[in-house]
Amino acid sequence: MSALPHKIGAEAIAEKGWLLAHKWLLLRRASQIAILLFFLVGPWFGLWIVKGNLNYSYTLGVLPLTDPYLLLQMLVTGQSPERLAWIGVALVIAFYLLVGGRAYCSWVCPVNLVTDFANWLRARLGLKGGAHLSRRTRYWILGMTLVVAAVTGTIAWEMVNPVSMLHRGLFFGIGFAWAVILVVFLFDLFVMRHGWCGHLCPVGAFYSLIGKVSLLRVKLPAREACNDCMDCFAVCPEQQVIRPALKAINGAPPVILEENCTNCGRCIDVCSKDVFRFGTRFGASAPGVPGTVLPVPK
Amino acid sequence: MNSETKPTEIRPKGSARRQFLADSARMACGVGLLGLGVGLYARNATALPPAALRPPGALPESEFSAACIRCGMCVRDCPFNMLMLAKPEDPMPTGTPYFVARQAPCEMCEHIPCVKACPTNALDHSLTDITKAKMGLAVLVDQETCLNYLGLRCDICYRVCPLLDKAITLDPQTNARTGVHTLFIPVVHSNACTGCGLCEKACPTEIAAIKVFPLYMAKGQLSAHYRLGWVEKEKAGGSLVTPDVEHQYHMPEGLKYEYGKGLSKVPPSEAAPGAVPPAPTSPAVRAFQGDKL
Repeated sequence: MSALPHKIGAEAIAEKGWLLAHKWLLLRRASQIAILLFFLVGPWFGLWIVKGNLNYSYTLGVLPLTDPYLLLQMLVTGQSPERLAWIGVALVIAFYLLVGGRAYCSWVCPVNLVTDFANWLRARLGLKGGAHLSRRTRYWILGMTLVVAAVTGTIAWEMVNPVSMLHRGLFFGIGFAWAVILVVFLFDLFVMRHGWCGHLCPVGAFYSLIGKVSLLRVKLPAREACNDCMDCFAVCPEQQVIRPALKAINGAPPVILEENCTNCGRCIDVCSKDVFRFGTRFGASAPGVPGTVLPVPK
Repeated sequence: MNSETKPTEIRPKGSARRQFLADSARMACGVGLLGLGVGLYARNATALPPAALRPPGALPESEFSAACIRCGMCVRDCPFNMLMLAKPEDPMPTGTPYFVARQAPCEMCEHIPCVKACPTNALDHSLTDITKAKMGLAVLVDQETCLNYLGLRCDICYRVCPLLDKAITLDPQTNARTGVHTLFIPVVHSNACTGCGLCEKACPTEIAAIKVFPLYMAKGQLSAHYRLGWVEKEKAGGSLVTPDVEHQYHMPEGLKYEYGKGLSKVPPSEAAPGAVPPAPTSPAVRAFQGDKL
Protein backbone atom coordinates (compact mmCIF):
# COMPACT_ATOMS: atom_id res chain seq x y z
CA MET A 1 0.00 0.00 0.00
CA SER A 2 2.96 2.24 0.53
CA ALA A 3 3.85 1.99 -3.15
CA LEU A 4 0.58 3.39 -4.44
CA PRO A 5 1.21 5.30 -7.60
CA HIS A 6 -1.62 7.75 -7.09
CA LYS A 7 -2.82 10.10 -4.38
CA ILE A 8 -5.25 8.48 -1.98
CA GLY A 9 -8.80 9.45 -2.83
CA ALA A 10 -7.93 10.99 -6.21
CA GLU A 11 -10.52 8.86 -7.94
CA ALA A 12 -13.15 9.74 -5.38
CA ILE A 13 -12.45 13.45 -5.82
CA ALA A 14 -12.72 13.08 -9.57
CA GLU A 15 -15.93 11.10 -9.21
CA LYS A 16 -17.75 12.93 -6.41
CA GLY A 17 -16.03 16.28 -6.15
CA TRP A 18 -13.66 17.44 -3.41
CA LEU A 19 -16.32 18.30 -0.90
CA LEU A 20 -18.13 14.97 -0.98
CA ALA A 21 -14.81 13.14 -0.99
CA HIS A 22 -13.96 14.91 2.28
CA LYS A 23 -17.42 15.01 3.81
CA TRP A 24 -16.79 12.85 6.86
CA LEU A 25 -13.31 14.22 7.38
CA LEU A 26 -14.67 17.75 7.47
CA LEU A 27 -17.53 16.78 9.79
CA ARG A 28 -15.09 15.01 12.04
CA ARG A 29 -12.74 17.99 12.24
CA ALA A 30 -15.75 20.21 12.90
CA SER A 31 -16.77 17.95 15.75
CA GLN A 32 -13.29 17.85 17.27
CA ILE A 33 -12.84 21.60 17.03
CA ALA A 34 -16.36 22.38 18.22
CA ILE A 35 -15.83 20.28 21.32
CA LEU A 36 -12.58 22.08 22.03
CA LEU A 37 -14.30 25.43 21.50
CA PHE A 38 -17.12 24.52 23.88
CA PHE A 39 -14.51 23.95 26.55
CA LEU A 40 -12.50 27.02 25.56
CA VAL A 41 -15.18 29.72 25.54
CA GLY A 42 -15.42 29.31 29.32
CA PRO A 43 -11.87 30.20 30.25
CA TRP A 44 -11.51 32.61 27.31
CA PHE A 45 -14.74 34.57 27.42
CA GLY A 46 -16.33 33.55 30.69
CA LEU A 47 -19.07 31.80 28.76
CA TRP A 48 -19.51 28.60 30.69
CA ILE A 49 -21.19 26.11 28.39
CA VAL A 50 -19.20 23.27 29.81
CA LYS A 51 -16.90 22.97 32.81
CA GLY A 52 -14.29 20.36 33.52
CA ASN A 53 -12.51 18.28 30.89
CA LEU A 54 -12.80 14.94 29.14
CA ASN A 55 -12.29 13.10 32.43
CA TYR A 56 -15.48 14.58 33.78
CA SER A 57 -17.46 17.51 32.51
CA TYR A 58 -20.67 19.25 33.43
CA THR A 59 -22.57 20.94 30.61
CA LEU A 60 -24.97 23.82 31.20
CA GLY A 61 -25.46 22.70 34.78
CA VAL A 62 -27.50 19.67 33.71
CA LEU A 63 -25.40 17.18 31.77
CA PRO A 64 -22.66 15.28 33.59
CA LEU A 65 -20.29 13.18 31.45
CA THR A 66 -17.69 10.87 32.95
CA ASP A 67 -14.90 8.96 31.26
CA PRO A 68 -15.68 5.28 31.97
CA TYR A 69 -12.05 4.15 31.71
CA LEU A 70 -11.00 6.69 34.30
CA LEU A 71 -13.85 5.70 36.56
CA LEU A 72 -12.82 2.06 36.25
CA GLN A 73 -9.27 2.92 37.32
CA MET A 74 -10.69 4.80 40.26
CA LEU A 75 -12.90 1.87 41.26
CA VAL A 76 -10.00 -0.58 41.29
CA THR A 77 -8.18 1.69 43.74
CA GLY A 78 -11.13 1.22 46.07
CA GLN A 79 -12.64 4.70 45.75
CA SER A 80 -16.11 5.42 44.44
CA PRO A 81 -17.65 8.52 42.90
CA GLU A 82 -20.68 10.61 43.72
CA ARG A 83 -24.07 10.35 42.04
CA LEU A 84 -23.45 12.82 39.18
CA ALA A 85 -20.35 10.95 38.09
CA TRP A 86 -22.32 7.68 38.01
CA ILE A 87 -24.98 9.32 35.86
CA GLY A 88 -22.24 10.73 33.66
CA VAL A 89 -20.62 7.38 33.09
CA ALA A 90 -23.96 5.76 32.23
CA LEU A 91 -24.65 8.48 29.67
CA VAL A 92 -21.22 8.16 28.08
CA ILE A 93 -21.41 4.38 27.82
CA ALA A 94 -24.94 4.58 26.39
CA PHE A 95 -23.85 7.21 23.87
CA TYR A 96 -20.88 5.23 22.60
CA LEU A 97 -22.95 2.05 22.49
CA LEU A 98 -25.00 3.93 19.91
CA VAL A 99 -22.37 5.76 17.86
CA GLY A 100 -19.50 3.26 18.11
CA GLY A 101 -17.00 2.83 20.91
CA ARG A 102 -13.98 4.33 19.26
CA ALA A 103 -15.99 7.15 17.74
CA TYR A 104 -14.52 8.84 20.82
CA CYS A 105 -11.09 8.52 19.24
CA SER A 106 -11.93 10.00 15.86
CA TRP A 107 -14.65 12.51 16.75
CA VAL A 108 -13.76 13.76 20.24
CA CYS A 109 -10.20 13.04 21.36
CA PRO A 110 -7.84 16.00 20.85
CA VAL A 111 -4.82 13.73 20.42
CA ASN A 112 -6.37 12.53 17.15
CA LEU A 113 -5.69 15.97 15.69
CA VAL A 114 -2.04 15.56 16.62
CA THR A 115 -1.63 11.99 15.37
CA ASP A 116 -3.62 12.61 12.19
CA PHE A 117 -1.31 15.53 11.50
CA ALA A 118 1.70 13.31 12.12
CA ASN A 119 0.27 10.73 9.75
CA TRP A 120 -0.45 13.33 7.07
CA LEU A 121 3.07 14.70 7.39
CA ARG A 122 4.48 11.17 7.26
CA ALA A 123 2.73 10.65 3.93
CA ARG A 124 3.78 14.05 2.61
CA LEU A 125 7.40 13.46 3.54
CA GLY A 126 7.22 9.96 2.10
CA LEU A 127 8.44 8.38 5.35
CA LYS A 128 8.13 4.63 5.06
CA GLY A 129 8.47 1.73 7.42
CA GLY A 130 9.35 2.04 11.06
CA ALA A 131 8.94 -0.07 14.16
CA HIS A 132 6.44 -2.92 14.32
CA LEU A 133 4.31 -3.70 17.27
CA SER A 134 1.18 -5.76 17.69
CA ARG A 135 -2.03 -3.78 17.71
CA ARG A 136 -2.95 -5.81 20.75
CA THR A 137 -0.28 -3.98 22.75
CA ARG A 138 -2.93 -1.45 23.77
CA TYR A 139 -4.88 -4.15 25.60
CA TRP A 140 -1.80 -5.15 27.52
CA ILE A 141 -1.28 -1.52 28.45
CA LEU A 142 -4.95 -1.21 29.38
CA GLY A 143 -4.59 -4.20 31.69
CA MET A 144 -1.33 -2.86 33.06
CA THR A 145 -2.88 0.51 33.98
CA LEU A 146 -5.59 -1.24 35.96
CA VAL A 147 -3.07 -3.46 37.75
CA VAL A 148 -0.86 -0.48 38.57
CA ALA A 149 -3.89 1.47 39.84
CA ALA A 150 -4.85 -1.43 42.11
CA VAL A 151 -1.30 -1.97 43.38
CA THR A 152 -0.33 1.64 43.97
CA GLY A 153 -3.77 2.77 45.11
CA THR A 154 -3.60 5.80 42.83
CA ILE A 155 -4.87 6.52 39.34
CA ALA A 156 -1.30 6.12 38.16
CA TRP A 157 -1.93 6.30 34.41
CA GLU A 158 -3.30 9.81 34.79
CA MET A 159 0.21 10.92 35.72
CA VAL A 160 1.35 10.26 32.16
CA ASN A 161 -1.80 9.92 30.02
CA PRO A 162 -1.23 12.19 26.98
CA VAL A 163 -4.97 12.25 26.18
CA SER A 164 -6.14 13.90 29.38
CA MET A 165 -2.88 15.82 29.70
CA LEU A 166 -3.50 17.57 26.38
CA HIS A 167 -7.18 18.21 26.90
CA ARG A 168 -6.76 19.44 30.46
CA GLY A 169 -3.69 21.42 29.50
CA LEU A 170 -5.58 23.38 26.87
CA PHE A 171 -8.02 24.73 29.45
CA PHE A 172 -6.10 24.70 32.72
CA GLY A 173 -2.56 25.53 31.65
CA ILE A 174 -0.46 23.10 29.67
CA GLY A 175 2.90 23.27 31.44
CA PHE A 176 5.27 20.68 30.09
CA ALA A 177 2.45 18.56 28.71
CA TRP A 178 3.37 19.99 25.31
CA ALA A 179 6.55 17.94 25.48
CA VAL A 180 4.56 14.77 26.08
CA ILE A 181 2.34 15.60 23.10
CA LEU A 182 5.42 16.33 21.01
CA VAL A 183 6.76 12.89 21.89
CA VAL A 184 3.51 11.31 20.70
CA PHE A 185 3.67 13.36 17.50
CA LEU A 186 7.28 12.46 16.76
CA PHE A 187 6.65 8.82 17.63
CA ASP A 188 3.82 8.67 15.10
CA LEU A 189 5.81 10.61 12.54
CA PHE A 190 9.14 8.82 12.64
CA VAL A 191 8.84 5.64 14.67
CA MET A 192 5.53 3.98 13.94
CA ARG A 193 2.63 4.72 11.61
CA HIS A 194 -0.54 5.14 13.67
CA GLY A 195 1.69 4.26 16.60
CA TRP A 196 -0.09 5.92 19.50
CA CYS A 197 -3.78 5.71 18.58
CA GLY A 198 -3.50 2.46 16.67
CA HIS A 199 -1.21 0.44 18.89
CA LEU A 200 -0.62 1.88 22.36
CA CYS A 201 -3.37 4.11 23.72
CA PRO A 202 -5.31 2.35 26.53
CA VAL A 203 -8.10 4.92 26.34
CA GLY A 204 -8.86 3.84 22.78
CA ALA A 205 -8.46 0.22 23.83
CA PHE A 206 -11.10 0.72 26.49
CA TYR A 207 -13.52 2.37 24.08
CA SER A 208 -12.96 -0.49 21.64
CA LEU A 209 -14.49 -2.78 24.26
CA ILE A 210 -17.69 -0.75 23.95
CA GLY A 211 -17.17 -0.94 20.19
CA LYS A 212 -17.53 -4.72 20.29
CA VAL A 213 -21.29 -4.34 20.60
CA SER A 214 -22.00 -0.78 19.51
CA LEU A 215 -24.76 0.00 17.02
CA LEU A 216 -23.48 2.45 14.41
CA ARG A 217 -21.22 0.75 11.86
CA VAL A 218 -19.62 1.27 8.52
CA LYS A 219 -21.49 -1.01 6.15
CA LEU A 220 -20.52 -2.18 2.70
CA PRO A 221 -23.80 -2.54 0.84
CA ALA A 222 -21.98 -2.38 -2.48
CA ARG A 223 -18.90 -4.42 -1.75
CA GLU A 224 -19.24 -6.18 -5.11
CA ALA A 225 -18.48 -2.81 -6.75
CA CYS A 226 -15.01 -2.69 -5.16
CA ASN A 227 -12.33 -2.21 -7.79
CA ASP A 228 -9.45 -3.01 -5.44
CA CYS A 229 -7.99 0.48 -5.64
CA MET A 230 -6.87 0.05 -2.00
CA ASP A 231 -7.67 3.65 -1.11
CA CYS A 232 -9.86 2.67 1.84
CA PHE A 233 -7.09 0.44 3.15
CA ALA A 234 -4.52 3.16 2.72
CA VAL A 235 -6.55 5.81 4.46
CA CYS A 236 -7.84 3.66 7.33
CA PRO A 237 -6.12 4.17 10.69
CA GLU A 238 -7.05 0.60 11.71
CA GLN A 239 -6.39 -1.18 8.46
CA GLN A 240 -7.11 -4.65 9.79
CA VAL A 241 -10.81 -3.86 10.22
CA ILE A 242 -11.76 -3.50 6.56
CA ARG A 243 -10.62 -6.66 4.83
CA PRO A 244 -12.92 -9.24 6.47
CA ALA A 245 -16.04 -7.27 5.62
CA LEU A 246 -14.87 -6.12 2.20
CA LYS A 247 -13.61 -9.48 1.00
CA ALA A 248 -16.21 -11.59 2.83
CA ILE A 249 -13.49 -13.51 4.66
CA ASN A 250 -15.07 -16.64 6.14
CA GLY A 251 -18.45 -15.42 4.95
CA ALA A 252 -18.27 -12.19 6.96
CA PRO A 253 -21.31 -9.94 6.45
CA PRO A 254 -20.82 -6.64 4.61
CA VAL A 255 -20.48 -4.63 7.80
CA ILE A 256 -17.36 -3.70 9.72
CA LEU A 257 -17.89 -5.32 13.10
CA GLU A 258 -14.31 -5.14 14.27
CA GLU A 259 -14.17 -3.29 17.60
CA ASN A 260 -11.30 -1.03 16.63
CA CYS A 261 -13.06 0.68 13.74
CA THR A 262 -13.21 4.30 14.86
CA ASN A 263 -16.17 5.23 12.65
CA CYS A 264 -14.09 8.04 11.21
CA GLY A 265 -15.76 7.57 7.83
CA ARG A 266 -12.64 8.21 5.78
CA CYS A 267 -13.21 4.97 3.84
CA ILE A 268 -16.63 6.30 2.83
CA ASP A 269 -15.01 9.52 1.64
CA VAL A 270 -12.21 8.04 -0.42
CA CYS A 271 -14.20 5.29 -2.14
CA SER A 272 -15.04 6.30 -5.69
CA LYS A 273 -17.42 3.34 -6.00
CA ASP A 274 -19.49 4.24 -2.93
CA VAL A 275 -18.95 0.84 -1.41
CA PHE A 276 -19.26 2.15 2.12
CA ARG A 277 -21.92 3.98 4.10
CA PHE A 278 -22.89 4.36 7.73
CA GLY A 279 -25.64 2.09 9.05
CA THR A 280 -26.50 -0.11 11.99
CA ARG A 281 -24.83 -3.38 12.74
CA PHE A 282 -28.09 -5.18 11.97
CA GLY A 283 -29.68 -6.15 8.69
CA ALA A 284 -26.52 -6.92 6.79
CA SER A 285 -27.48 -9.43 4.09
CA ALA A 286 -24.95 -12.15 4.55
CA PRO A 287 -24.69 -15.60 6.03
CA GLY A 288 -24.60 -15.79 9.78
CA VAL A 289 -26.88 -14.36 12.41
CA PRO A 290 -27.24 -10.60 11.95
CA GLY A 291 -25.50 -8.64 14.61
CA THR A 292 -23.12 -11.33 15.75
CA VAL A 293 -19.40 -10.98 15.42
CA LEU A 294 -18.07 -13.70 13.22
CA PRO A 295 -14.68 -15.14 14.06
CA VAL A 296 -12.08 -13.51 11.91
CA PRO A 297 -9.01 -15.60 11.15
CA LYS A 298 -5.76 -14.09 12.18
CA MET B 1 3.46 -11.65 16.52
CA ASN B 2 1.62 -9.40 14.17
CA SER B 3 -1.20 -10.88 12.16
CA GLU B 4 -0.82 -8.20 9.52
CA THR B 5 2.79 -8.77 8.78
CA LYS B 6 3.60 -12.37 9.62
CA PRO B 7 1.40 -15.00 8.00
CA THR B 8 1.53 -18.19 9.99
CA GLU B 9 0.20 -20.73 7.51
CA ILE B 10 3.59 -21.67 6.13
CA ARG B 11 4.98 -22.57 9.53
CA PRO B 12 5.05 -26.16 10.75
CA LYS B 13 2.48 -27.26 13.28
CA GLY B 14 3.24 -26.15 16.86
CA SER B 15 5.33 -23.24 15.72
CA ALA B 16 2.34 -20.89 15.94
CA ARG B 17 1.81 -21.72 19.57
CA ARG B 18 5.48 -21.28 20.37
CA GLN B 19 5.40 -17.97 18.58
CA PHE B 20 2.30 -16.94 20.50
CA LEU B 21 3.88 -17.78 23.85
CA ALA B 22 7.09 -16.01 22.96
CA ASP B 23 5.19 -12.93 21.81
CA SER B 24 3.07 -12.92 24.95
CA ALA B 25 6.14 -13.17 27.15
CA ARG B 26 7.80 -10.35 25.29
CA MET B 27 4.69 -8.22 25.53
CA ALA B 28 4.23 -8.95 29.24
CA CYS B 29 7.83 -7.99 29.95
CA GLY B 30 7.75 -4.82 27.86
CA VAL B 31 4.44 -3.58 29.17
CA GLY B 32 5.38 -4.75 32.65
CA LEU B 33 8.46 -2.56 32.56
CA LEU B 34 6.37 0.37 31.46
CA GLY B 35 3.95 -0.37 34.28
CA LEU B 36 6.77 -0.52 36.79
CA GLY B 37 7.96 2.89 35.66
CA VAL B 38 4.49 4.38 35.83
CA GLY B 39 3.84 2.80 39.21
CA LEU B 40 7.08 4.00 40.77
CA TYR B 41 6.57 7.47 39.35
CA ALA B 42 3.05 7.55 40.74
CA ARG B 43 4.19 6.36 44.15
CA ASN B 44 6.92 8.97 44.31
CA ALA B 45 4.58 11.77 43.41
CA THR B 46 1.99 11.11 46.10
CA ALA B 47 3.77 13.17 48.75
CA LEU B 48 2.55 16.72 48.50
CA PRO B 49 5.19 19.46 48.63
CA PRO B 50 4.86 21.62 51.76
CA ALA B 51 3.78 24.79 49.95
CA ALA B 52 0.91 23.06 48.11
CA LEU B 53 -2.39 22.81 49.94
CA ARG B 54 -5.44 20.81 48.89
CA PRO B 55 -8.92 22.39 48.65
CA PRO B 56 -11.27 22.12 51.65
CA GLY B 57 -12.47 18.63 52.52
CA ALA B 58 -9.68 16.88 50.62
CA LEU B 59 -9.18 13.28 51.67
CA PRO B 60 -5.81 12.28 53.12
CA GLU B 61 -3.21 12.41 50.38
CA SER B 62 -2.97 8.64 49.85
CA GLU B 63 -6.70 8.42 49.17
CA PHE B 64 -6.94 11.74 47.38
CA SER B 65 -4.76 10.69 44.46
CA ALA B 66 -7.07 7.71 43.95
CA ALA B 67 -10.38 9.52 44.36
CA CYS B 68 -9.57 12.67 42.39
CA ILE B 69 -10.36 12.26 38.68
CA ARG B 70 -8.49 15.43 37.67
CA CYS B 71 -11.52 17.09 36.10
CA GLY B 72 -10.91 20.57 37.50
CA MET B 73 -14.51 21.17 38.51
CA CYS B 74 -13.37 22.54 41.87
CA VAL B 75 -11.07 24.96 40.04
CA ARG B 76 -13.94 26.15 37.88
CA ASP B 77 -16.40 26.65 40.70
CA CYS B 78 -14.03 28.50 43.01
CA PRO B 79 -15.32 32.10 42.92
CA PHE B 80 -11.88 33.42 43.85
CA ASN B 81 -10.07 31.44 41.17
CA MET B 82 -7.32 30.48 43.57
CA LEU B 83 -7.14 26.76 42.81
CA MET B 84 -4.77 25.34 40.19
CA LEU B 85 -4.38 21.93 38.57
CA ALA B 86 -0.93 20.41 38.85
CA LYS B 87 1.01 20.39 35.61
CA PRO B 88 3.15 17.40 34.61
CA GLU B 89 6.31 19.09 35.88
CA ASP B 90 4.83 19.91 39.30
CA PRO B 91 5.94 17.58 42.10
CA MET B 92 2.47 16.15 42.72
CA PRO B 93 0.00 14.00 40.80
CA THR B 94 -0.66 15.59 37.41
CA GLY B 95 -4.03 17.28 37.13
CA THR B 96 -4.86 17.34 40.83
CA PRO B 97 -6.01 20.63 42.42
CA TYR B 98 -3.96 22.64 44.88
CA PHE B 99 -3.35 26.18 46.04
CA VAL B 100 -0.39 28.10 47.38
CA ALA B 101 -1.43 30.19 50.37
CA ARG B 102 1.14 32.95 49.88
CA GLN B 103 -0.13 33.48 46.30
CA ALA B 104 -3.85 33.10 46.87
CA PRO B 105 -5.39 31.65 50.01
CA CYS B 106 -8.76 29.96 50.46
CA GLU B 107 -11.39 32.58 51.21
CA MET B 108 -13.53 30.06 53.06
CA CYS B 109 -16.83 30.43 51.17
CA GLU B 110 -19.74 29.60 53.41
CA HIS B 111 -21.31 27.26 50.85
CA ILE B 112 -18.03 25.57 49.85
CA PRO B 113 -18.71 25.45 46.06
CA CYS B 114 -15.50 23.54 45.32
CA VAL B 115 -16.62 20.60 47.44
CA LYS B 116 -20.09 20.66 45.88
CA ALA B 117 -18.58 20.62 42.39
CA CYS B 118 -16.46 17.54 43.05
CA PRO B 119 -17.98 14.55 41.22
CA THR B 120 -16.18 12.10 43.46
CA ASN B 121 -15.55 12.09 47.15
CA ALA B 122 -12.00 13.39 46.73
CA LEU B 123 -13.35 16.55 48.36
CA ASP B 124 -15.39 15.02 51.13
CA HIS B 125 -19.04 15.96 50.64
CA SER B 126 -19.74 15.50 54.33
CA LEU B 127 -17.90 18.78 54.91
CA THR B 128 -20.72 21.31 55.12
CA ASP B 129 -19.24 23.74 57.64
CA ILE B 130 -16.18 25.47 56.20
CA THR B 131 -14.89 26.27 59.68
CA LYS B 132 -14.40 22.50 60.13
CA ALA B 133 -12.09 22.32 57.13
CA LYS B 134 -8.53 21.14 57.69
CA MET B 135 -6.55 22.22 54.65
CA GLY B 136 -3.44 22.56 56.74
CA LEU B 137 -2.27 24.27 59.89
CA ALA B 138 -0.78 27.72 60.27
CA VAL B 139 2.55 27.72 62.07
CA LEU B 140 4.44 30.79 63.21
CA VAL B 141 7.66 29.44 61.80
CA ASP B 142 9.97 32.39 62.26
CA GLN B 143 10.04 34.04 65.66
CA GLU B 144 13.07 36.07 64.61
CA THR B 145 11.19 38.01 61.94
CA CYS B 146 7.62 38.02 63.25
CA LEU B 147 6.94 41.68 63.98
CA ASN B 148 4.92 40.88 67.07
CA TYR B 149 7.82 38.89 68.44
CA LEU B 150 9.98 41.94 67.83
CA GLY B 151 7.66 43.94 70.03
CA LEU B 152 5.50 45.65 67.40
CA ARG B 153 1.73 45.56 67.33
CA CYS B 154 1.51 44.20 63.79
CA ASP B 155 -1.29 41.76 64.65
CA ILE B 156 -2.18 41.35 60.95
CA CYS B 157 -2.38 37.55 61.00
CA TYR B 158 -4.57 37.79 64.05
CA ARG B 159 -6.84 40.38 62.42
CA VAL B 160 -7.30 38.70 59.02
CA CYS B 161 -8.03 35.30 60.50
CA PRO B 162 -11.62 34.32 59.61
CA LEU B 163 -11.87 32.63 62.99
CA LEU B 164 -10.78 35.67 64.98
CA ASP B 165 -9.70 34.88 68.52
CA LYS B 166 -10.28 31.19 67.93
CA ALA B 167 -7.65 30.04 65.44
CA ILE B 168 -5.12 32.71 66.38
CA THR B 169 -4.96 34.46 69.76
CA LEU B 170 -2.54 37.07 71.01
CA ASP B 171 -0.95 35.92 74.21
CA PRO B 172 0.72 38.64 76.30
CA GLN B 173 4.24 38.00 77.44
CA THR B 174 6.80 40.20 79.12
CA ASN B 175 9.21 41.91 76.76
CA ALA B 176 12.43 40.85 78.40
CA ARG B 177 14.46 43.24 76.23
CA THR B 178 12.82 46.43 77.48
CA GLY B 179 11.61 45.01 80.75
CA VAL B 180 8.52 47.21 80.71
CA HIS B 181 6.64 46.39 77.51
CA THR B 182 4.43 43.51 76.52
CA LEU B 183 4.86 41.18 73.55
CA PHE B 184 1.61 40.07 71.97
CA ILE B 185 2.53 36.66 70.69
CA PRO B 186 0.30 35.17 67.97
CA VAL B 187 -0.56 31.62 68.99
CA VAL B 188 -2.27 29.28 66.53
CA HIS B 189 -4.79 26.83 67.92
CA SER B 190 -4.95 23.66 65.87
CA ASN B 191 -8.46 22.79 66.95
CA ALA B 192 -9.81 25.89 65.19
CA CYS B 193 -7.33 26.66 62.39
CA THR B 194 -8.62 25.55 58.95
CA GLY B 195 -5.36 26.16 57.11
CA CYS B 196 -7.01 28.67 54.78
CA GLY B 197 -3.77 30.61 54.52
CA LEU B 198 -5.16 34.14 54.87
CA CYS B 199 -2.59 34.80 57.61
CA GLU B 200 0.29 33.63 55.44
CA LYS B 201 -0.96 35.73 52.53
CA ALA B 202 -1.34 38.81 54.74
CA CYS B 203 1.94 38.58 56.65
CA PRO B 204 3.70 41.86 55.76
CA THR B 205 7.27 40.64 56.00
CA GLU B 206 9.27 39.90 52.87
CA ILE B 207 8.87 36.20 53.43
CA ALA B 208 5.95 35.18 55.61
CA ALA B 209 6.80 34.50 59.24
CA ILE B 210 3.58 32.51 59.58
CA LYS B 211 3.05 29.72 57.08
CA VAL B 212 0.44 27.08 56.49
CA PHE B 213 1.77 23.54 56.25
CA PRO B 214 0.00 20.28 55.56
CA LEU B 215 -1.20 18.80 58.84
CA TYR B 216 1.24 15.91 58.71
CA MET B 217 4.10 18.41 58.78
CA ALA B 218 2.68 20.94 61.16
CA LYS B 219 1.16 18.85 63.90
CA GLY B 220 2.85 16.79 66.55
CA GLN B 221 1.17 14.08 68.56
CA LEU B 222 1.60 12.95 72.14
CA SER B 223 2.16 9.30 72.80
CA ALA B 224 -1.11 7.49 73.35
CA HIS B 225 -0.39 6.74 77.01
CA TYR B 226 0.25 10.37 77.94
CA ARG B 227 -2.25 11.96 80.31
CA LEU B 228 -2.44 15.57 81.38
CA GLY B 229 -2.48 15.45 85.14
CA TRP B 230 -4.53 18.58 85.61
CA VAL B 231 -7.14 17.41 83.12
CA GLU B 232 -7.43 14.01 84.72
CA LYS B 233 -7.68 15.63 88.10
CA GLU B 234 -10.44 17.90 86.89
CA LYS B 235 -12.30 14.90 85.52
CA ALA B 236 -11.87 12.85 88.67
CA GLY B 237 -12.68 15.76 90.95
CA GLY B 238 -9.52 15.28 92.97
CA SER B 239 -5.96 14.08 92.92
CA LEU B 240 -5.50 10.63 91.47
CA VAL B 241 -2.19 9.83 93.11
CA THR B 242 -1.86 11.26 96.59
CA PRO B 243 -4.52 13.00 98.61
CA ASP B 244 -4.52 16.77 98.35
CA VAL B 245 -2.67 18.38 101.18
CA GLU B 246 -2.92 22.06 101.74
CA HIS B 247 0.46 23.61 101.42
CA GLN B 248 1.81 24.85 104.61
CA TYR B 249 4.20 27.71 104.89
CA HIS B 250 6.63 27.66 107.70
CA MET B 251 6.69 31.24 108.79
CA PRO B 252 8.24 33.01 111.69
CA GLU B 253 5.86 33.18 114.51
CA GLY B 254 3.20 35.87 114.20
CA LEU B 255 3.55 36.14 110.42
CA LYS B 256 1.54 34.58 107.65
CA TYR B 257 1.92 34.46 103.88
CA GLU B 258 -0.92 34.84 101.42
CA TYR B 259 -0.60 34.44 97.71
CA GLY B 260 -0.80 37.82 96.07
CA LYS B 261 -0.63 39.68 99.32
CA GLY B 262 2.66 38.62 100.72
CA LEU B 263 3.61 38.56 104.36
CA SER B 264 1.28 39.91 106.96
CA LYS B 265 0.93 39.76 110.66
CA VAL B 266 -1.38 37.19 112.08
CA PRO B 267 -4.24 38.83 113.91
CA PRO B 268 -4.15 37.92 117.59
CA SER B 269 -7.42 36.00 117.27
CA GLU B 270 -5.92 33.52 114.78
CA ALA B 271 -2.56 33.33 116.42
CA ALA B 272 -1.90 29.82 117.49
CA PRO B 273 1.19 27.62 117.20
CA GLY B 274 1.26 25.69 113.90
CA ALA B 275 -1.70 27.54 112.51
CA VAL B 276 -2.32 27.06 108.78
CA PRO B 277 -3.14 29.94 106.51
CA PRO B 278 -6.77 30.17 105.44
CA ALA B 279 -7.63 27.79 102.60
CA PRO B 280 -8.01 29.53 99.25
CA THR B 281 -11.54 29.55 98.01
CA SER B 282 -11.59 29.19 94.27
CA PRO B 283 -9.93 26.29 92.39
CA ALA B 284 -8.15 28.77 90.19
CA VAL B 285 -6.44 30.41 93.10
CA ARG B 286 -5.61 27.03 94.49
CA ALA B 287 -4.06 26.01 91.22
CA PHE B 288 -1.83 29.05 91.25
CA GLN B 289 -0.44 28.02 94.57
CA GLY B 290 1.23 25.16 92.84
CA ASP B 291 0.35 22.71 95.55
CA LYS B 292 -1.55 20.28 93.37
CA LEU B 293 1.14 18.51 91.49
